[in-house]
Amino acid sequence: MCKTDAPQVDEGTRVLKEVTFKILRYNPETDKAPSVKSYTVPVIKGMTVLDGLHWIKENVDSTLAWRSSCRMGVCGSCAMFINGLPRLACNNQIVHLDSDVINIKPLPNYDIIRDLVPDLEGFFQKHRSVKPYLIRKDVEELESPTGEYFQSPEELTNYIQFAYCIKCGLCLAACPTVATDDKYLGPQALAQAWRYIADTRDDGSKEREEEIFSGHGAWRCHFAGACSEVCPKGVDPAFAIQLLKQDIFMKKLRLRKEKSVAQLAPKIEKWERNPNIPNAPEPTVK
Amino acid sequence: MAEEKKFKKNKLGLAGWFAGGRYGAERYAYILHRISGLGILFYFILHIFVTGSRIGGPEEWESTISTFKTPVFKFGEFLVFLAFAYHALNGLRLVLAELGFGLGKPTRPVFPYVNSIRRQRPLFIAVMIVAALIMVFGGADFYLLGN
Amino acid sequence: MKESTLWVWHIIAGVVIFVLLGIHMFIMHLDDILVALGIGYHDPISASSVFARSKQAFYMVTYIVLLGAALYHGLYGLRNILFELSLPKAGEKIVNWLFALGGLALFVYGTYVAIAIFTSV
Repeated sequence: MCKTDAPQVDEGTRVLKEVTFKILRYNPETDKAPSVKSYTVPVIKGMTVLDGLHWIKENVDSTLAWRSSCRMGVCGSCAMFINGLPRLACNNQIVHLDSDVINIKPLPNYDIIRDLVPDLEGFFQKHRSVKPYLIRKDVEELESPTGEYFQSPEELTNYIQFAYCIKCGLCLAACPTVATDDKYLGPQALAQAWRYIADTRDDGSKEREEEIFSGHGAWRCHFAGACSEVCPKGVDPAFAIQLLKQDIFMKKLRLRKEKSVAQLAPKIEKWERNPNIPNAPEPTVK
Repeated sequence: MAEEKKFKKNKLGLAGWFAGGRYGAERYAYILHRISGLGILFYFILHIFVTGSRIGGPEEWESTISTFKTPVFKFGEFLVFLAFAYHALNGLRLVLAELGFGLGKPTRPVFPYVNSIRRQRPLFIAVMIVAALIMVFGGADFYLLGN
Repeated sequence: MKESTLWVWHIIAGVVIFVLLGIHMFIMHLDDILVALGIGYHDPISASSVFARSKQAFYMVTYIVLLGAALYHGLYGLRNILFELSLPKAGEKIVNWLFALGGLALFVYGTYVAIAIFTSV
């Protein structure tokens, strides 16, 4: 390792450039409509859009409001419209947006509570309306379980991708049908409906049918695919909805049978010890 | 708790169909599918009445269609032909995709995620190429060969 | 579940139109290519060609099938577009009835013309 006479610059805090954050702000107490405010933010290595928002709040304008929590792309709180696409603010580094101007708006297709905070209540109601929980006939087992339901790895792969939804709301912001149709369930609710219908442990397909295949359900999806493009967790809701359509189509034409519902895994009556596994050492604390 | 004031006019509306953001080709393919469908439907309703005039006999028919032999109407018909070529081939892709074919199988999501839109992209390109070929042949017939 | 039935017929109508309208477009707009290939005839919209086809059972039947399929497919599509524009519930009912009756009226008119020409002298 050679030491030079040059001044030691800490790569972690060196300012790379300055960008302009143009944020659509709205204060319900004082504003009739949202308006844009600009801030100049210094960018250091690895800085995400969320870090930029924190910098503005700490150094320039403490009235800026948004939702965020985990800052690592798993909670889904910081969904907003950044430079032309709905994105998670914590998942996008400023330098990767390749622009000196960062345009931030609250998520489209949701009411705005304040600044960058969308009203997700309607979103959650649509989710609830598809009954996103396991529905089975053996209610006593559900209430007081005695064992596990058996599910093979193949059966798990059929639906596990759709279970990764973090309810961030980006997909409804991207969907063209949600833009005009208030009653459309949206890609998130429909993908979660498929997640349960495809789950072999679930027996509630008939209960959900009426809501999913109503006039504002799965048939109002036209495979524009914007939802899957913006999903940060690879849930691919467009795929789930097409599988939903395929499933009901095949079932109505009697080309596919109703799935067999997962049953309790058989109890193992006699445990036999594997002789190759050595005994555990004696406890040191008596 | 008092009813909070919210800004309720944040739906993109019809603008969201055309310019909602920087999305991929399939979102705009869907809008073009709708526009072409509306164009064809509009032409079709008129077409029912125009072709219905043949009930008046051959002279009635000839006089009716002579009004439509001008360059403006011919161009309009050509646009309908283009719309049909696009709508039919894109519709073929939609029927396949909405019945779950050509989209692959569900997998465990591993970053970088490849979604079903990417997986059906080859099908999309294929139908667009066939549609373009049909449009070229139609254009040749309309404007280069014969009448 | 009614909605699902409507959609399935929309798809079936779409496939029917793909075939029949494809043939219709071929006859009408690729006639010069057909003639160059040795089949078909020039000027498919001259009175003689039109009335020759109108007298053939094959064309009468396929035109009626195409008329029905295209009216159903097109009006269902337009009805969907209107439904996605957040109509009030009464509006949805009106649209459904208007399109059903309007479509039926157009179908009856077109079928009448086709059969009348076919059966005339």
